[in-house]
Amino acid sequence: MRIVVCVKHVPDAQGDRRFATDHTVDRGNVDGLLCELDEYAVEQALKLAEGSDDATVTVVTVGPDAASDAVRKALQMGADAGVHVLDDAIHGSDAFATSLVLAKTIGTLEYDVVMTGMASTDAGMSVVPALLAARLGLPQVTFAGTLDIDGDGPGAKVVIQRDSDAYTEVIESALPALVSVTDQINEPRYPSFKGIMAAKKKPLTTLSLADLGVDASLVGLAAAWSTVAGVTQRPPRAAGAVVTDEGDGGAKLVEFLTGAKLV
Amino acid sequence: MAQVLVLVDHVDGAVRKTTSELLTLAARLGEPAAVFVGDGYDNAAGSLAEFGATAVYTVPSEVNDYLVLAKAEALAAVVEAAGGASALAAVLIPSSAEGKEIAARLALKLDSGLITDAIDVRPADGGGVATSQAAFAGGFTVDATVTRGLPVVTVKQNSVEPVATGGAAPVVTSVAVELSDLAKAVRVVERKPKAKSGRPDLTEAAIVVSGGRGTNGDFSKVEAFADVLGAAVGASRAAVDSGWYPHSNQVGQTGKQVSPQLYVACGISGAIQHRAGMQTSKTIVAINKDPEAPIFELADFGVVGDLFAVLPQATDEAASRKA
Repeated sequence: MRIVVCVKHVPDAQGDRRFATDHTVDRGNVDGLLCELDEYAVEQALKLAEGSDDATVTVVTVGPDAASDAVRKALQMGADAGVHVLDDAIHGSDAFATSLVLAKTIGTLEYDVVMTGMASTDAGMSVVPALLAARLGLPQVTFAGTLDIDGDGPGAKVVIQRDSDAYTEVIESALPALVSVTDQINEPRYPSFKGIMAAKKKPLTTLSLADLGVDASLVGLAAAWSTVAGVTQRPPRAAGAVVTDEGDGGAKLVEFLTGAKLV
Repeated sequence: MAQVLVLVDHVDGAVRKTTSELLTLAARLGEPAAVFVGDGYDNAAGSLAEFGATAVYTVPSEVNDYLVLAKAEALAAVVEAAGGASALAAVLIPSSAEGKEIAARLALKLDSGLITDAIDVRPADGGGVATSQAAFAGGFTVDATVTRGLPVVTVKQNSVEPVATGGAAPVVTSVAVELSDLAKAVRVVERKPKAKSGRPDLTEAAIVVSGGRGTNGDFSKVEAFADVLGAAVGASRAAVDSGWYPHSNQVGQTGKQVSPQLYVACGISGAIQHRAGMQTSKTIVAINKDPEAPIFELADFGVVGDLFAVLPQATDEAASRKA
């Protein structure tokens, strides 16, 4: 079982997130980390790999210098190898360009399953998995709440369960396939001391667009298929009245709602 | 005027409110034209006309047996039947998880720009479509335009008040769809309907009452207050992860993003993950034992107290005012 996991390095949501002057997410001057939602994909890949002797987990990211930290964290968790696509021309890429670069990168690898998280925590569009499946011509199996590989070899298939508003669905597809997983699927492990030490010896390859044969004019801010006209910081919500319940908290609450014509 | 395609969100022809919202937005950009996938069109026809659809494209319900790619291929076939991408003004799709994926794959097929999670859609100065989205847990508003091809936009619920225009019966065109093998490669092998709560849909509700860690797993007081207000019930990630409430009721970054008239947070501290799902609510009310809980920073009204004391009193009080 050869598994490729795509991960993203994102600004820490606990910190101060902002936009740069070109309206792209400011990635240079903020604390970043492996996207929390991608940890579930890494964890699930490791779980699948633990079930077989010759399984490999390769982690791929696209991003600036600091993005290698996201790959390194995944290696510390237990992944075998990492690939970081690093090229100044990628700055400002939209989801279409990102999926193109990821697809070209994954095209250089051998795989049975390509895994992703359910969304990034910065842009949060949640469309790269679908676009990546399109680019790679793979069946798309997204938002897995459980994931099993049924069988071995050419007849193997992936079976997931997922939750929509109206239904619980069981979905299956032949391999190779692209699978995105939700935060319901597992509890990601923390890197152990042993894992952290072992990660230092694991291969982390850095590739440029030229290495991948991607025309730089197809990616980056200028090539985006939509443009941001402006970014406005919303005024923080003003805190309103706070009362302490002295046996009349519920009544006061309803009084407020009545005054605001909400009841 | 060019047509604006709206993907209809329905269950067996019962049209959801998002569709009337999208038709209302579509009318700002051109002629609203509904795309109906699945069974039950006869049930939907009246509602689509009422909210301004002048045309309807129906596609075979077989499409619904498959997933995202099948629906993207169906929409691409409708675009073709409607005269091609250059003849249309935009495609509007509900901002659900599936809707966003359908939109992305359609946009890639059409070589066209995509905007997801729009909270406003309007004609751009000098032509095209302009949108607004919330970013970074609602801390920023981003204004964007599509610069390539036919704008494909997914729109969040409650972005506009639907306007009934009571138009004439739309012109119905049935569109044949040839699904690819890849679209048929992913199969739904089992589909179990979930039990219905009888409460309003979380993302459509005008009022949402949510419970968190402070409920200690007992949502009865939260539900009772929700019911007296006619509200939907939400839950924080902590409550869902503890198994106290279903994931489909989770409000937050990895759950539902809601924007109701009133949001009542009960025993929820207000972590950034939760705020990402409710910060754009019109009015926020919080009940929490901890006066330092960050939720009070964004609450229009807060009660420091035990939700098991405050909520029953509020429920009785609200019931007596309504009576």
